[in-house]
Parts: sequence; C-alpha cells; structure tokens
Amino acid sequence: MTWDWRWSWIPDHYDLLGELLLQHLYLAVVPVVLGLLIALPLGIVCVRVRRLYAPVLALTSVFYALPSLALFVVLIDYTGFTGWTVIIPLTIYTLSVLVRNVVDGLRSVPEHVSQAATAMGFGGVRRLLQVDLPIAVPVVIAGLRVATVSNISLVSVGSLIGISGLGQLFVDGIQRSFITPIIVGIVLTVALAVLADAVLVGLQWLLTPWTRAGRSTEPVTADPAGAATAGVA
Amino acid sequence: MDIVTRAINWFGDPAQWSGVDGIPNRVQEHLFYSGLSLLIAALIALPLGLFVGHTGRGAFLAVNSAGAARALPTVGLVGLTVVVFGIGLTPTLLPLVALAIPAILVNTYAGVQQVDKQLRDAAHGMGMKGRQVLFQVELPVALPLIILGLRTAAVQIVSTATIAAYVGLGGLGRYIFDGLARREYEVMVGGAVLSVLLALGTEALFVGVQRLIVSPGLRQRAPVR
Repeated sequence: MTWDWRWSWIPDHYDLLGELLLQHLYLAVVPVVLGLLIALPLGIVCVRVRRLYAPVLALTSVFYALPSLALFVVLIDYTGFTGWTVIIPLTIYTLSVLVRNVVDGLRSVPEHVSQAATAMGFGGVRRLLQVDLPIAVPVVIAGLRVATVSNISLVSVGSLIGISGLGQLFVDGIQRSFITPIIVGIVLTVALAVLADAVLVGLQWLLTPWTRAGRSTEPVTADPAGAATAGVA
Repeated sequence: MDIVTRAINWFGDPAQWSGVDGIPNRVQEHLFYSGLSLLIAALIALPLGLFVGHTGRGAFLAVNSAGAARALPTVGLVGLTVVVFGIGLTPTLLPLVALAIPAILVNTYAGVQQVDKQLRDAAHGMGMKGRQVLFQVELPVALPLIILGLRTAAVQIVSTATIAAYVGLGGLGRYIFDGLARREYEVMVGGAVLSVLLALGTEALFVGVQRLIVSPGLRQRAPVR
C-alpha cells in the first residue's frame, strides 16, 4: 500500500476547506433547529397527555435505530442529491433524542416550584413559558449537545452518496490512498463538534442565570449528564 | 415504474437469493462483521466497565469516552484504517470496535456504579467479599443497563457496517454502493431496506434477551439512556 502525508496540501486547499466546513456546519445545524422546533411542542403535549408518551417514545427509539446511510438512500428518490437528503434523517435523529429530554426536563420541575408559581397567579401558558421551560433548559441543552455532536459526525456519511461536507475529504483520501485529507477531515470534524458543544454550554450559561447566583442552596434542575449517556450512529 | 414496485421486483428476482452477491450471503457477511466486532468490543469494554464501576477508578475517562466517540466521524476512521492497513478484515473491524466500546463501557460502569449503597452494605454484612459482591450483587442489578449498552453498541455496529462496503468489503452496503456506481436505484433501495430490517431485528433481539435474563425483581425500573 502507498500512502503519504503532505503538509503543503493544507495551505493549498484553504478555500476548499473553508467551503466544506461551512456546508458541513449547515447540514448539521439545520436539523438541530428543526428537531428542536418539533420536539418542544411534542414534548409539551406528551407531558400533558400522559398516555401519548409511551408510544411516542417507542417510535423515536425505532427511528433512532435506523441506519443513516439507508435513510439517505431511500430519500434520494424524493429529494435528489440535495442537502435535504441529509437534513431530513438527521432531523429525525435529533427529534428522537430531544423529545425524551424535553419531557424529562419539564418533569424535573419540583412540585413546590409549580405550586409557588400557581400561588403567584401564573396560569397555564405563562407558567409553561416563564417557569417550566426555563427550568427544563439544562436537560434540553444536554440533549441538544448529544444531537449536535452526533449530527456533525453523521453528515460525513452523506458524502459517500455524493452530498458534500467535510466527508468529501474522506472520499477523496480513500480514492487516492492519500492520508492528509483524511486526517485533516477528522481533525476539522472533531474541532467543529467541540466548538458547537462549547457554544451550547455557553448558551446554557446565558439562559440559566439562577444556577450561578450562588445563593440557592437547593438544586432546581435534574442531572443533565444522566439524561443521555449513550447514542447510536 | 415507481421505486417501490422496482424494489419489490428486485426482492422477488430469484437471482437475488443465491451466489456471492445473493441476499443470504450478504446478510451472512454483514452479521459476521457485526458479530465479531461486538464480541471484541464486549471482551474489552465489559471487564473494563465492571472494574471502573466496582472500584471507581478511571470513572472520568470512562464517562468522557462516550462523548469523544460520538464526535469521531466513522467514515473518516474507516478511511484512515483502510489507507494505512489496506483493504481487509482488520481495517473494517477496527473502527467498528472502537466506536462500540464507549457505549458498552459507559453503561456497564453506570450500571454498577448506580447500585444502591444499602444493597452493597447488605452484601458485605452477609460476609461477601469484593469479587462476590461484584458478581452476585452488582452485576445482576446492573444487568438492564449493561444489556442496554450492548444493544446500543450492536445497533450502531450493524448500521455502521454498511459503510465498510465503501472500501471494498462485503455485507449489505455492497448493494448500496454497487447500485450507486451502476445507477441501479432499486439495488440501492433493496440494500437500504435490508439494512434497516437488520438494525431493527438487532434492537428487537436485545429487547428479548433483556426480558429473558434480567431478574424479575428489577423489571419495574425504567432503563436509563
């Protein structure tokens, strides 16, 4: 086998790398946003209508087990070789992770907090928006972090059927037995995942000022780390 | 003719059911890669997870390995191993094993670590020693989570093994990439449908195994994911 490493390949391809990085980010982030937009109302309904949660959870865990490559292939007939072929399956995965976290998050609101809100005159929608959802933020963001990081890694699979992103570097490297683009691709993908993760951690910090007030003696939130420990490709 | 009819015709063609490129052989190849990868990953991750959970040593690394594995692009790892080691069984299995280890490790660790402290004390009080506590108390109680970890890993391996065909190996991914190269869409869809069925079958298998071997006393507990 013949494989070689060339440092000069990197500066020669700055433009390409930047372009692929942006495409990759787009294909990974759009599903996160769409998934959140669907998971929030769905999760809220599941908390209200308890009977609905078990079937929804069963369905999402089936969705989560579907191989990404197979979903891309089936979609080609409908969406062609466009971004949607990748965006739709990744939205389904994001949704599958998030519904559970939205429900867990909303259920983590302590009874005394709900009662205090009601006593202060907070009605249904206002309590949801100003009390329940903010308290659910850490658990929801824990789900968003899992979904975002795995989306960033899964976008590469799309390159195998010709949908661009950093995965194109892997395809290129495999075809030419050239290791530089493969390593650069892995490093950029992981860097993108770490960066996106850090942005979400920052977002959580901004959205939950009470957690760093230092006066509260009782934790209001559930353990976000325990909410999602394992994921499937 | 629409794609569903074409795919059904593809499945109905007797030529699909025999020979090297036949469905039985491709399914068998796929199961072979997947089973072997899961076995190797379990042999490494299960003892390690039990050790970390029982002693508490290395917990930080174990927990963070899951996040790291999630960020690593499988296609890149497959590409890297194939360019470095050439086409063969090792370069296919290596990324599959590497990606399956964290799911098993984290869940095994979490399962053992979450065992009720009173239960552990009771075991010590009954005169059990370290190893007995691990194998007769902690392991059975942790079993639901351990099986969940194995299930997550197995489904992930079965899904990802499709990608191995891209670098020239067999398995169900062959249909997807050969179909793509020859512009035969029904072949691609046939392969996609088969790999979906295999993934769902794997999931169902592990759900069944869990029902069979988990102690009835533990069944009420909802699995953590």
